[in-house]
Amino acid sequence: MFACADPQSLEKFDWLVCYLTSGKHVLFYQSFGVVLLLLAITAPVSLAFGFLGASAARSQITPLRWFGKGYTAIVRGVPDIAFFMFFVIALDQFFEYLRHKVKCPDWDLPIRQGSDFIVCAQAKLPLSTAPQWQHETYGFSLAVLTFAIVFGAFAANVLFGAMRSVPHAQLETAEAYGFSRRQTFWRIVVPQMWIYALPGLSNLWMILIKATPLLFLLGVEDIVYWARELGAAKQARFSDYPHGDWRLYYFAALLAFYLLLTRISEIVFARITRRLSHGQATAAGEKQRKAAA
Amino acid sequence: MSCLQTIADYGLRSLGFGERLLPSSDFTLCQQFTLIGSGMIWNIYFGVVALALGFFLSTALALGKASDHLIARKASEWFIFLFRGSPLFIQFFFAYFAFLALKSSHPAFDPLTSAWLGAAIVLFLNTSAYAGEIFHGALQSVPKGDIEAAEAYGITGWKRFRRITFPTMLRLAWPAYTNEAIFLFHATTLVFFSGFPAWQQRGDALYYANYFADKTFNPFVPYPILAFYFILLTLTVITIFGLINRRLTRHLPQEARPRMRLRPMLVR
Repeated sequence: MFACADPQSLEKFDWLVCYLTSGKHVLFYQSFGVVLLLLAITAPVSLAFGFLGASAARSQITPLRWFGKGYTAIVRGVPDIAFFMFFVIALDQFFEYLRHKVKCPDWDLPIRQGSDFIVCAQAKLPLSTAPQWQHETYGFSLAVLTFAIVFGAFAANVLFGAMRSVPHAQLETAEAYGFSRRQTFWRIVVPQMWIYALPGLSNLWMILIKATPLLFLLGVEDIVYWARELGAAKQARFSDYPHGDWRLYYFAALLAFYLLLTRISEIVFARITRRLSHGQATAAGEKQRKAAA
Repeated sequence: MSCLQTIADYGLRSLGFGERLLPSSDFTLCQQFTLIGSGMIWNIYFGVVALALGFFLSTALALGKASDHLIARKASEWFIFLFRGSPLFIQFFFAYFAFLALKSSHPAFDPLTSAWLGAAIVLFLNTSAYAGEIFHGALQSVPKGDIEAAEAYGITGWKRFRRITFPTMLRLAWPAYTNEAIFLFHATTLVFFSGFPAWQQRGDALYYANYFADKTFNPFVPYPILAFYFILLTLTVITIFGLINRRLTRHLPQEARPRMRLRPMLVR
């Protein structure tokens, strides 16, 4: 291994190797992990939100049904980016407000004073004395929650449609056998709805992948942040590795990363579809049955 | 200051007319409504330009993807995969820096780095890819009976495409295409957050909504206003596309007309 102590003296290839393994680049590579972590957390959480939303939209209790329908409808007319920007501030203020109410009950000043949002010092989230990693984690969690709310609404739409696609005759059969509504839901609808939901869910997953760069707008130091930071022109005075404006190449790399991610997802989803179609009363399932016979 | 005065001052602020300085304190509801509405001009501009031009390219892409010619097919497939497989946000950034590089090589490329042209080009290419995929799907499901009937009447080649295939394709694709149009308008809000500078604070609706939310630290006023405008825009798009749909299907019996089912898909 060669030393990266004095980059100016290095040859082209060695220089590049040293450049790409500098401390900031390691942070850049870690931020790819942040994106994958976001995907790994958001996907199940928003699926759960979506399931709750879709179940609420089918509920027999009227206010709950309205809530579910309203939730599934919010993403129809308004750009999702607006929701992202809105929820990040709104959730932050909501949490601080709750803590404020609990921790400082005898605070008598209004919370909104003109253009300021003022809560007592103990209610700040995270506390102003908290270490840096807590601030970052809090920011990331807010982003995850925001993603989950918005994508939960999308997923609720998909799952609501899927629940209605389960052949009605099966529900009637269940009723004929004396299943209760709850039993029918858990034993007939839920196990069978996935194959109908899959096209929508795979679409949703693609959308989720393509929404991850919006983390940048939510103030997380993600790949877009680092690509802008590292790609910008560096002068010899401030950097060991002076270079011109390389942001074009950094974003080309991000483009390639996302294309790879979507391509892999496409292949995986094609496999899952084949597996889930097994034994289903759909065209694909019928085809498999005939091929096996 | 009366509300009419505010509208006169800020109504066309996003295009650079009227008052130069944005309000910086004591924001009234009227100011927020006016400025965010003024920003909508950009959203509508981007959406309309991209849709109008993208319609032709997407038809070409659909035909290319369905063609027997190997190069045409591969080129269309790659184009569609490139723009559908990556986030629009990254595409904006990439295009902006590519345009910057072009600009430094020749001053003739200067306008590309400003949003009105550069972002419009990216949106145009992006929507062409999405709509191209939709049209390709529709092209594949044109009933073969229609084509056979055309051939039996001796209608072939360009005439068959223009009279038979193309109208049927449009009719089949229209509900999905409407959806695409709606989400294209939603995607226009990304422009000023992705590299393209809002020169002299001439931004779109989300740019101004974000400005107010930052200044007042109160997201509960500007974002609902933005939502209001976008719901209005969405309803307008649905109405216009619904009218076109009615014209496309005017020869069909009432119950055979495809219903316009709108599904929230496609965020890019």
